[in-house]
This record gives sequence, structure tokens and C-alpha cells, in this order.
Amino acid sequence: MATVSTEPSARRFTFNRARAASLIQRQGVLIALIALIAFGALRYDNFFSVYNIASVLRYYSMFGLIALGMTFVIMTGGIDLSVGAVVALGSVIAALLTPYGVLPAIVVPVLVGMVIGWANGWIIARLGLLPFIVTLAMLLAARGLALLLANNTSVGITLDPGFVWFGQGDLLGVPVPALVMGVAYVAGVILLRYSRFGRHVLAVGGNEEAGRLMGLPVDRIKLGVYTLSGALAALAGVILAAQFNTGQPTEGLGWELSAIASVVVGGTLLTGGMGSVGATLVGVLLLGLIFNILNFENGHGFISLSSYWQSVIRGTFLLVVVLLQNRLAQRRRS
Amino acid sequence: MANPDRTLKRVSRPVLSTRFAAVGQTYGAALALLALIIYNIGFTPFFLNPATVNSNLTQVAPIVIVAVGMTLVIATGGIDLSVGALMAVAGALAPLIFLSTLLPANYPFIGIGLALLIPMLVAGAFGLFNGSLVAYFKIQPIIATLVLFIAGRGIAQVVTNGALQNFTNPGFRYIGIGRPFGIPFQVILMVGIVAGVAWAMRTTTFGRYVLAVGGNEAAARLAGVPVTRIKLAVYGLSGLLAGLAGLIVIAINASSDANSVGLDMELDAIASVAVGGTPLTGGRATVIGTLIGALIIQLIRYTLLAHGIPDAAARIVKAAIILAAVYIQRQRRA
Repeated sequence: MATVSTEPSARRFTFNRARAASLIQRQGVLIALIALIAFGALRYDNFFSVYNIASVLRYYSMFGLIALGMTFVIMTGGIDLSVGAVVALGSVIAALLTPYGVLPAIVVPVLVGMVIGWANGWIIARLGLLPFIVTLAMLLAARGLALLLANNTSVGITLDPGFVWFGQGDLLGVPVPALVMGVAYVAGVILLRYSRFGRHVLAVGGNEEAGRLMGLPVDRIKLGVYTLSGALAALAGVILAAQFNTGQPTEGLGWELSAIASVVVGGTLLTGGMGSVGATLVGVLLLGLIFNILNFENGHGFISLSSYWQSVIRGTFLLVVVLLQNRLAQRRRS
Repeated sequence: MANPDRTLKRVSRPVLSTRFAAVGQTYGAALALLALIIYNIGFTPFFLNPATVNSNLTQVAPIVIVAVGMTLVIATGGIDLSVGALMAVAGALAPLIFLSTLLPANYPFIGIGLALLIPMLVAGAFGLFNGSLVAYFKIQPIIATLVLFIAGRGIAQVVTNGALQNFTNPGFRYIGIGRPFGIPFQVILMVGIVAGVAWAMRTTTFGRYVLAVGGNEAAARLAGVPVTRIKLAVYGLSGLLAGLAGLIVIAINASSDANSVGLDMELDAIASVAVGGTPLTGGRATVIGTLIGALIIQLIRYTLLAHGIPDAAARIVKAAIILAAVYIQRQRRA
């Protein structure tokens, strides 16, 4: 930096390095996903079968929906611990409403989810309480409400072909829940990238005070993301009820933490202000695929891992990803 | 604050008004507890019956023991989601040790001693692992402890193969059902731990350091506080206490089920801390408040159950109480 001429090149060098690090950080998960898919395809005969792909997508669409809402919440610097309980509540309400037709059974739970999310947002934005404790309380309340409505047991649905189709059917060969998830993610990308709301979400997460001073409607943005998260969680609950023919008040335990893990694996920082909707989807699919591959491996017979190992492996995987991201972030900073 | 005399005083000990607010905060929770007790004496039959008192106290003791560790973690600005999973780990290990045939059969107290010591140390070591992720790798506490929240219970299930372990070991069961002077042994443990930690927080350098780390980490570091060691210590202690609570729970049940020991304990512990008046942002802590918070939550649950209100509804009330407590405390601070 002694002469003027070297300065731009030096700057460009660090800039490139920063970009490379960020590229590795974001694409690293995608590379891992592709590698896992390739591994599975080469090793197992039925891995690429329509049945396997469809069943993975059908089940993980629920986690995908929750993680999408969670991504928006985390980008504002918040957290939503209530989603797992809202899934349970959504599934119970959907099951209870199946006698009255498909539309109420799908729409009403989502509306209830929106109300719960809105309440979260209102308490957080207007009363200024920490998202962690507010949504923790909402977790208890939503779970209690689900148990109360369901009388502490699972609720069978009235077998309405339309409702069952919503969870178990296919459209053009694609499972309906996967389509719902796909539409939600496309909408999520558009919302984040091209809408004013998306910009505002990132601005609030980056620096709330600055956002407020710039005249951004901070409170309304917070209400928006928590409402979105509640609605998506309830929608996942509807899919749960439609997929397993029951409303399950005790299901969804710890799903909020799985969703947070997916978001983190995708590379969205918990401090807010940055993030990617697509990366979250990659994170969800990656965590789902690990389960799938373990199942195939058990079927192969070389190793026999009980289902209990899955949570150990999932936790270890989260640890590795977090440590790697931490490394990359530090390198980027220096 | 312009008065230099007052500023000086603040260095040596808290200003009167700060102290007053702190006392008021403790009293707020204490008054609520008192009101609950008086209500129950008036309206719940057999409330003062020794059997009822003992059963309430034995139920609350493990929660309080875990919540004391959680109070210290929260005082440093952290959180520990792994406590329930660590309870399961300790609960899974203990029967494996005292049912083991490797130990000399004619010295049963060796087996019992090891069965008490080793699981607690293992849980403490897991706590140190949490602490090292937070302190050395600068991973956010919620994510760092999420790793063991996911993996910890899996480890307990793998170790026991998910099977229920029944035992009849009077020596070991003493920590759960022993009654010296008619008082349940774990209640004596609880009181001892609360008193010891409350004393340590008030009078020892360690206590000051914990609060300093939570209040302003950068400033504490510059002032020479061993931030890294303090963080390791609080997470380690939280793990250790969770281990102890796990042992108490299995000693009461005379069986250990890795699937259920300590389930949802992190929520109860965090709620107790919050209701007790320790802010989740760190920098302040009241161990006695945590005891009161846990007693309030326990008594509310008991009161509702004693009056025929289902457990599911009790959860909703619990959620409302948590929010109200946190909100009132926030008002006081402002």
C-alpha cells in the first residue's frame, strides 16, 4: 500500500476473498446436498425411485413450510418457538372441521395460526418483550389449546376425498404438499427479493434502531413476519392431519428447533439482517435426506443404526455446520 | 447522576433506588406466591396436609435445581436448552452403573456412590462442552445448546437402547424418596443448592463476575474478568445440576425412561427464571426469585388441578402468567 497503484488491486483481492468465502458458505450446503444425492443414487437401487422422492418431499414439506416462516422471523432478528405447537393446533382444528367441508378445514386453521402469530408479533412489537419468551409462552398456550380441543387424544378426520388429497394426493405426479411448499418458497423468494416488505425485513434485522429512524414501519413488519410464521405453521398442521388422517395434539414436539436448525444450516444468521429463503429450503432437504439415507443404509444391512442414532447424527451434523460457518464467518471478517 | 457523591456510592454498592427496585421485584413474585398460598389454604381442602405439601415440594425440587443452573446461565446473557436432554443422559447412566455386574457385590455403597457421581460428572462435562462452544467458538447459546438438545436424548436412548430400566435399589432411591426428619431428601438438596448459589451470587467474586459478563461482556473482558472461564463454569454447573435433577427423577420413579426423563424441563426452568424476575437479557439475577418463580408455577398447576381444571387449560394459564410476569418486570425497569 505504499503506492497508489497497488491499492485498488489489494482491495479487489480482499473483496474477492470475502466473496469466495460467502460463496462457499452459501453453496457449501448446496454442494453437500448434491453430494449426498449423488451418493444415495449410486449406492441404493430405489433411491431415485418416484416413491422415495415423493415420500421424502411429502413428509418434509411440513418442515419446509415452518422453516420458511422461521427464516423471515429470524431475518428480523427474532425467533418463533411456538411453531411446533401451532402445527399441532392446526392439525387438531383441521381434523375437527373436516365434517364441514374441505374449505373450512383448510382455511380456518390457517386463520387461527395467523391470529396466534399476530398475537406473538403484537406482544413483541408493542409491549417490547423478548421474542424468545413470548413465543415460548405461546408454545405452552397453543399446545394447551390443542390438547383441550382434542380432549387429550388424537382426533380422527372425516374421510373427505378432497381433504385427504391435500395431504396424500398427487398433481401431475408431484405430491400436493410438495407443490404447496414449492409455491410457498417461490412466493417467499419474490417477497424477500422484490417486495418492499422483504427489504424492510432485512433492514429491521440489520439495525432496528436505524430502520425506525429512517421511518420504516418496524412494528408492522414484525407483525407481518410472525403472522406469516403462524400461518405457515398452521398450514403444515393441515397437511399433517390430511397426511395421517388424524389431528395430533401431541405431534410437532421440538419441530421449532428442527426448523431453526434448517435455517441455520442454510446459512441464515440468527442475528438477523441477512438470509436466503432458497438456502433454507436446501437446509430442510439436507436434514431430510440424512434421515432418508440412514434408512436406506439400515435396509442395506451393513450397519444397523436404531432410530435413536438419528437424533445423535442430526445433532452432530448441526454442530459441524455451525462450526464450519463460524470458521468461514471469522475468515471473512479478518 | 450529576452529583459526584452519588456516582461514587454507586461504585461501592447499588444506589438505594436500584436496590429498592430489586427488592420490589422480588416482592412482586413473593406476593403472588403468598396470594396463591392464602387462596389455597382458604379454598383447597387438605392443602396444608403434610402429604400435599410434601408432594408439591418433591415435584418442584428437580425443576428448582435445574432452574438455579439456568439462572446463572441466563445471568451471563446465555440460555441452556439442553438441560432436559442432560437429565435423560444422567438418568440413563445411573442404573447402568449400579446394576452392573462389574462392581464388587459385597460393597454396594461403591456402586451407589459411582452411580451418583459419574452421571453427574458426565452431565457436567456435556455442560462444559456447551460452554466451550459458547466461550471459545462464539456460537450463540441457543444454537450451541440446541446441538445437545437434539443429540443428548438420542445419546441416552442409544445407551439404553430406548428400553425402560426398572430397579429397586433402596440406597440409590434415598435421594428421591428418603425422608430425614420427615422432610423429603431432595427438598433438603434443593434448599441447600438455592441457599448456596444465592450466597455465592451475592458475596463471592464469582457471582460478581457472572453478572459482569451478562451486563457488558466487552467491558467485563477489559476490566480483567475471566469471561471464558466464567462461561465455562456456568454451563458446566448447569449441566451438573441437570444431572442431579435427572438422578432425583429416576430415584422417585424407581425406573429410568430415556424417552421421558426431563422432557420439556428446559421450558419449565426458563419459565421459572423469567417469572422469578431474572431478565433474559442477562446482567442481573435472583436465585431466590427463581425458587419463588418455580413455586408459583407449581402452585398454579396444583391449584387448577385440585379444582378440576384439566392440565391442558393449566398450560394456557401458565403461559399467561409467564407473559404477565415478564411484562410487569419490564414496566418496573422502565
